[in-house]
Amino acid sequence: MAKEKVKEEKQPMPPLGVWGPALALGWLVPGAGHLFLKRTGRGILLLSSITIMFLCGLMMRGAMFQPQTGDLLTTLINTGGFIGDLCSGLLYLLTVAFGYNQPDMAGAVHDYGTKFLVAAGLLNLLAMVDVFEIAAGRKD
Amino acid sequence: MPKMNLSHFEASILFALFTSVVLGVVTKHTDRDRLHYGIYIFVCFVVALFGMGWLMFLGHG
Repeated sequence: MAKEKVKEEKQPMPPLGVWGPALALGWLVPGAGHLFLKRTGRGILLLSSITIMFLCGLMMRGAMFQPQTGDLLTTLINTGGFIGDLCSGLLYLLTVAFGYNQPDMAGAVHDYGTKFLVAAGLLNLLAMVDVFEIAAGRKD
Repeated sequence: MPKMNLSHFEASILFALFTSVVLGVVTKHTDRDRLHYGIYIFVCFVVALFGMGWLMFLGHG
């Protein structure tokens, strides 16, 4: 049985100067990439949602992940969580710099807080992908 | 930094709200589609929340 291969057209990578500044801004401040690209409404929505989510996580005394190695699960959870936290950009950097990151504690609310912090970073990652697509002209 | 104490339900609804706003904003191409998709995602979250809640309640015996 012959299989038909569908060839996807590879779009050329746009130059770094086109999408780099918007992407960096989008990482540093959630929604700022959209604001930079004149998508004001969407930028404000992203800025408010991600920032409030991150602040809720902090107020729930959520913990920040530190990269750890060991067995596969430990590496996956801690390193993945650290990358998720790091994706919040300036929010993460300021939290660590001013010592607001909490030690990991037992409790449902703390656990929710930790998930809020990671999810805020991952949602910012999605926003950064959107910024890249807009800046590269692949999306409206 | 003030402390926030939320129940499971409140925390889940807040999570669903923020996540659906962001997913709605970044996925679709027109404002109308974004609004519809955001509401759809939020409803999915709430349905899953109640569904899983009942499942755990009944499974617990």
